[in-house]
Amino acid sequence: MADAVLTLRPPLIEGNKSIAQVTHDVCAPMEARPTSLWWAALAVSSSLLLLGVVAIAYQVAVGVGTWGLNRTVGWAFDITNFVFWIGIGHAGTLISAILFLFRQRWRTSVNRAAEAMTIFAVMCAGIFPVIHTGRPWFAYWLIPYPNTRGSLWVNFRSPLVWDFFAISTYFTVSAMFWFIGLLPDLATIRDRATAKWRRKLAGLLSLGWNGSYRAWQRYEVVYLMLAGLGTPLVISVHTIVSWDFATSVLPGWHATLFPPYFVAGAIFSGMAMVLTLMIIARKLMRLEDYITVRHIDRMSKLVILTSGIVGLSYGTEFFTALYSGSPYEQFIFLNRALGPMFWAYWTMVSCNVFIPQLLWFRKVRASVPAVFAISIFVNVGMWFERFVIIVTSLSRDFLPSNWFHYAPTRVEIATLLGSFGLFFTLFLLFCRFVPVIAVAEVKGVLKYGLTHGKSHAEAVHE
Amino acid sequence: MSRRFLVGVFENEQDTLEAIRLSRRRGFNIVDVYAPYAVHGVEEAMGLAPSRLPWIVFALGVLGGGLKVWFEFWTTAIDWPINVGGKPFNSLPAFVPVTFEVMVLFAAVGAVVSFFFVCGLYPGKRSVLPVPGVTDNRFAVVLEETDSRFEPAEVQRMFEGLHAVQVEAQIGEEGD
Repeated sequence: MADAVLTLRPPLIEGNKSIAQVTHDVCAPMEARPTSLWWAALAVSSSLLLLGVVAIAYQVAVGVGTWGLNRTVGWAFDITNFVFWIGIGHAGTLISAILFLFRQRWRTSVNRAAEAMTIFAVMCAGIFPVIHTGRPWFAYWLIPYPNTRGSLWVNFRSPLVWDFFAISTYFTVSAMFWFIGLLPDLATIRDRATAKWRRKLAGLLSLGWNGSYRAWQRYEVVYLMLAGLGTPLVISVHTIVSWDFATSVLPGWHATLFPPYFVAGAIFSGMAMVLTLMIIARKLMRLEDYITVRHIDRMSKLVILTSGIVGLSYGTEFFTALYSGSPYEQFIFLNRALGPMFWAYWTMVSCNVFIPQLLWFRKVRASVPAVFAISIFVNVGMWFERFVIIVTSLSRDFLPSNWFHYAPTRVEIATLLGSFGLFFTLFLLFCRFVPVIAVAEVKGVLKYGLTHGKSHAEAVHE
Repeated sequence: MSRRFLVGVFENEQDTLEAIRLSRRRGFNIVDVYAPYAVHGVEEAMGLAPSRLPWIVFALGVLGGGLKVWFEFWTTAIDWPINVGGKPFNSLPAFVPVTFEVMVLFAAVGAVVSFFFVCGLYPGKRSVLPVPGVTDNRFAVVLEETDSRFEPAEVQRMFEGLHAVQVEAQIGEEGD
């Protein structure tokens, strides 16, 4: 099978797996008892989640006054976390939708987990605007429904309403996309399950999927449609998030650069988070043959690309501000780099622009611990990016008598930690109960490289 | 009325594709093909008509976008016009983002729902596999014995020549 002539490209999956082996490798860990490492990780993440639940209950009961906000800095930690989490989600859609349209078949090993990450990140993100409303029990007022308040409609001119529509659409579409991808794998789980409850549950969720090609044909069409819709959707979501800022008149926010800058930043941060999670998951679930060093290498290259775009954006906004002739714009940017929050600005630049440059070296990309460390730096840096944008612009605006500083309270920090707790708890549960690798898609690329371009039968017959 | 089927079970996609092509060339009625993953080229080999789902998706997208523009216009300019920062009541450019989102939502939900509907997939549906393993590592080509031209023994030889691991005659009720 593996003729020397035909082995032109390295295969995507290592270990020369058979189709049945793929099913087994992915499904067996779910059927075995969880490892102690998994329990330890779940203990940590669920403790953080509990901390977050307590913090949110406290701030909802007492009020938003428990935060470090003041009249000058009205947005800070909460909105930073919101933008951070939404951004994380975007890499999942990049991998599942955009790379699908670009026919990047290596994505099959990582797309399931990346899409799960998207869904969990959007859930984390969704918490923050809801508690930021101050009265989360009225959050449903965001929905334009006929009501007894005279039928007072939402203000469709407001970017915050756009945001509500963008995020809820994004969540719905991502969840459906994920489920559609999962459908054949749920059928595989159903048909190999020995435990009755597992067969019942997978049977219910797999909707009677039986691998019939009449369904496969439409499945592929729907998958393509969702990828085609998901691609502009993901760009629109972060564009709209950036408009939350850009449609205001505040120096440092009011920039036409914001949409592309935010979209690139979102994909950059999400790619780093995908790397973080994949490196953990391949160790935890022993999937080194599926998520290979080559996969990590390709994702690292995407990190360099987006890091470059983000770096260019930092430079462009700085230059535009200095060149604008507006003293307020000029001041805001000099204040970011040299003012009291200079440390946050330079953390952002170092983590997002300088450190990722190490990935230009093949040796660094080939070293899993190095890539893992860099991905953590990028995660930190991208959180600081949002913090810098939000807090520095607000804390020193047009009138010096308005100027005030901001420091987070314990409640805010606990809420941030809680969102990480929610994210990792959900991800760990996902690793246990859902096939981490898209089984049906990986089976399709097993021979990739060996008989690339034409089927083996054709290659032999000619 | 019962129908008679012949099921050829294969181990890889190349043999399956070849079996489909041969069966089609010889004019057999291919009831269906079962595969653990989407194999490139099966729909051409089977001669399936292209799916019409994209049209449904397109129509629903247009419908969703259209409805949303109308709704935004109706709420902000007709039902209860409110002066927000001196902006015109009919602020069409500001309606673009939400219109886009709702268009995508309609198209995507419509795509998925119509996919389930057309394929007859619903929660709790009993799955009917022609042979066990088609969701794991087996490929199955199901032919129907329609007329006397169909010689089961000969077809069996044809399948076995393509390394079929199993050839099975099945009798099914109306609708497989």
